[in-house]
Amino acid sequence: MEILRELKALFGPRLLTKEAELAPYESDALTAYRERPLAVVLPERKEEVVEAVRICRRHGVPFVARGSGTSLSGGSLPVRGGVVIALNRLNRILKLDPKARLAVVEPGVVNLEVSRRAAPFGLYYAPDPSSQPVSTIGGNVAFNSGGAHCLRYGMTANHVLGLEVVTPEGEVVRLGGEGLEGVGPDLHGFFVGTEGLLGIALEITLRLLPRPEAYHTLLAAYPSLEAAGEAVARVLRSGLLPGAIEIMDRLAIEAAEAAVRAGYPKAEALLIVELEGEREEVAEGARRLAEVIAESGAEEVRIARDEAERQAIWKGRKAAFSAVGRLSPDYIVQDGVVPRTRLAEALREIGRLSEAYGLRVANVFHAGDGNLHPLVLYDGKRPGELERAEALAGEILRLCLRLGGSITGEHGVGMEKRAYLAEMFSPLEIAAMEEVKAGLDPLGLANRGKVFPPKEEAHA
Amino acid sequence: MLRPKTPEEVQEAVLAHPRLRVRGGGSKPALSGPEEGEALLDLSELKGVVEYDPEELVLVARAGTRVAEVEALLKAHGQHLPFHPPLSAPGATLGGTVAAGLSGPLAQRFGGVRDFLLGVRFVDGQGRLLKGGGKVVKNAAGFPFHRLMVGALGAFGVLVELAFKVFPAPPATRTLRVAFPSLEEALSALERLLLAPLDLMALDLLPPNALEVRIGGFPEALGPRLEKLKRLLGRDGEVLEEDEAHWEGVRNLAFLEGPLLLKVPSRLDLIPLLEGLPLGRRRYLLGGNVLYAEGDGEALKALRARGLAHLVLKGAEDPLFPRPQNPFFQKVKAALDPLGRFPLR
Ligand SMILES: Cc1cc2nc3c(=O)[nH]c(=O)nc-3n(C[C@H](O)[C@H](O)[C@H](O)COP(=O)(O)OP(=O)(O)OC[C@H]3O[C@@H](n4cnc5c(N)ncnc54)[C@H](O)[C@@H]3O)c2cc1C
Ligand SMILES: Cc1cc2nc3c(=O)[nH]c(=O)nc-3n(C[C@H](O)[C@H](O)[C@H](O)COP(=O)(O)OP(=O)(O)OC[C@H]3O[C@@H](n4cnc5c(N)ncnc54)[C@H](O)[C@@H]3O)c2cc1C
Repeated sequence: MEILRELKALFGPRLLTKEAELAPYESDALTAYRERPLAVVLPERKEEVVEAVRICRRHGVPFVARGSGTSLSGGSLPVRGGVVIALNRLNRILKLDPKARLAVVEPGVVNLEVSRRAAPFGLYYAPDPSSQPVSTIGGNVAFNSGGAHCLRYGMTANHVLGLEVVTPEGEVVRLGGEGLEGVGPDLHGFFVGTEGLLGIALEITLRLLPRPEAYHTLLAAYPSLEAAGEAVARVLRSGLLPGAIEIMDRLAIEAAEAAVRAGYPKAEALLIVELEGEREEVAEGARRLAEVIAESGAEEVRIARDEAERQAIWKGRKAAFSAVGRLSPDYIVQDGVVPRTRLAEALREIGRLSEAYGLRVANVFHAGDGNLHPLVLYDGKRPGELERAEALAGEILRLCLRLGGSITGEHGVGMEKRAYLAEMFSPLEIAAMEEVKAGLDPLGLANRGKVFPPKEEAHA
Repeated sequence: MLRPKTPEEVQEAVLAHPRLRVRGGGSKPALSGPEEGEALLDLSELKGVVEYDPEELVLVARAGTRVAEVEALLKAHGQHLPFHPPLSAPGATLGGTVAAGLSGPLAQRFGGVRDFLLGVRFVDGQGRLLKGGGKVVKNAAGFPFHRLMVGALGAFGVLVELAFKVFPAPPATRTLRVAFPSLEEALSALERLLLAPLDLMALDLLPPNALEVRIGGFPEALGPRLEKLKRLLGRDGEVLEEDEAHWEGVRNLAFLEGPLLLKVPSRLDLIPLLEGLPLGRRRYLLGGNVLYAEGDGEALKALRARGLAHLVLKGAEDPLFPRPQNPFFQKVKAALDPLGRFPLR
């Protein structure tokens, strides 16, 4: 094939086409979907990414950008017959300017690496997805990834100051700049969250924040998930603005215990609240938080006395997703959002659905943001169970929409939620998105088939 | 002049006119003054708060709602818009604030207007009433059209409704004003503050040589925090106990009266250059990240000659420099406004 010859000339041994070489790229963290690409290329410089896009365009071959492949929505699933542009080798931090509090990075830089490199200057990169030791900034940008600490400072979009992007037509454009304030439309903000459909990010300028002077991390145990949900409403009502508010239910606690021995109390639900900021302010906030929690019906309250105890609390929380694998051969990670005042109601309803479907659901989520992560446990070897699990997961999304929320808070639409997009947006709204896509990508090459509901296929 | 009261009337107006210019109320006249051949769409009647539940910390309102009205409502519940929209007193609307992409001094603490906009409803150039984003604080579904609207001067459509994240307002505040012997020393103090683990509500540079720092939080903690600040600055300065009126003046840009009113994105290392330009009264907000200044034709010429981006809020024909021209902008614009009804065509 001509395209393979051209890619070979450009990438040499960094063009992968053999079955065994392609296997690791066939799916992302949503392993229910699998697809064999035509080839994988491993660029080491941004110019090679641009060239690869241009070659694909000349041949009308679809391409998918890939970071670390930790997408939970099938976002980095290859397109059949298409090229995967794997960006892990573009992993240089090009500039770290502490005075300007910014970093310019290549897309394959791992999230946690940015904070690690900024630490000597007392700075950090705020968005902290649980996958932060592996997921890349490019992937984070594509999904507007969040994390436990997004309550105050927002998600990825709020921390991207500028981007260099290669459009699906092979043009290189700069969006945004290096400062907090610009003039003209916020094009870089718009690019964040478009799931690789409008181009590939080649360079990303990130805002860094000074590390908080102090943290106050509280763990409270509750006799029911709903009671923990009510406690969140109390905290928000009190006028406190914590850095993080997280909840785990009994299943998630057990899984986390088994996996990393966090030393959590045995309870139906755990609430983590973390205050951050200047020492004096945090101390005062902690006094008020103690009052609020004392009235919330907590069975047990623990406060992290030092950084090690704080890390232990977070370790269990951050390991919870993968730990749930210990409880069940298979599970679906769901990601929906409800208004935070409807949390308790949503949790009650999820419990009811879980019983009705006869499937266990573990809950571990960003409560302060109303961002639920129900994990639907099932056994794929039992006939019909996957289908039942998918139906239950779908019911949960509809519940989120009914309560005025969203079908995804941070994992994106990808392959998994294409069908639900039409339940959240009108046909006109989806048409407008598709027109923007078609304007920038007339051949429909960039991450083809993701996000938009599949059309009735007239041709195979 | 068209004065729609409902989103449907906005749709009708858009479809009936080949060229339109939206005016929220006109606090940024250089942006909202219609050009030759443009119909003026006045949104001052498309107003009112649609949803607000203080516990939810989210507020939804029509685009023509005055910022001042929304702020009064929030204040009654101990909350505020932390991006601190400028020109509130002269009548800025929510839609005009987002379209102009403006944030005030308090944006130093938690971010600007782009960080607090959760979703919009807008009428695009084809007369379609569309939604972008949502009404919850986290949302990764669909293309984020709401973020596209920030700073776009209405280029992609007419905003009719906006949803914002709101925060509890700090129960107490203090301001420290410190003068330094020179600009260099003020800048180096500014740099130190930016790298310190401090939660500053506002951090402004008043040329030639002074800083204004505002902190907010629990009253019990303010004293020690102020002392910490003074130690870090190596100076005592002057403390404003009652500082609300002062910062209202700043965010209403009341100190600027020249023929031109400018917003200039800035950076610490650009400030010495900007200070050499023929600008009038001025103030750098957000730790030096943005400059609001008054000026005249000379100022504009100087900025353009050096290729410095800026937005004119009052006084000029061509408010946005540079005009967005890259193919990414053009293609998004062509998709949402194919007939070029709106500005930046
Ligand atoms: C255990 C676990 C925990 C997780 N926790 C969280 C969490 O707390 N919060 C959260 O938000 N997510 C979480 N995720 C999901 C996932 O880690 C994030 O979506 C992450 O941003 C994906 O990064 P990645 O590098 O793996 O990207 P990939 O999976 O490789 O790609 C994701 C998407 O980005 C696109 N893409 C990649 N690079 C680029 C680029 N340079 N330009 C344009 N598009 C690009 C791809 O085409 C794809 O659509 C978790 C996943 C796992 C497995
Ligand atoms: C120096 C000065 C003097 C003034 N004098 C008076 C006076 O004498 N009497 C009086 O009553 N008022 C006066 N005003 C107040 C002014 O009329 C109001 O400030 C006005 O309501 C606020 O407009 P705005 O900020 O919402 O944005 P605008 O200035 O109306 O608009 C800013 C930009 O946003 C765009 N835009 C606005 N809304 C939308 C939308 N919904 N969708 C898409 N794009 C949009 C506009 O096209 C423009 O590009 C004065 C203001 C100033 C600064």
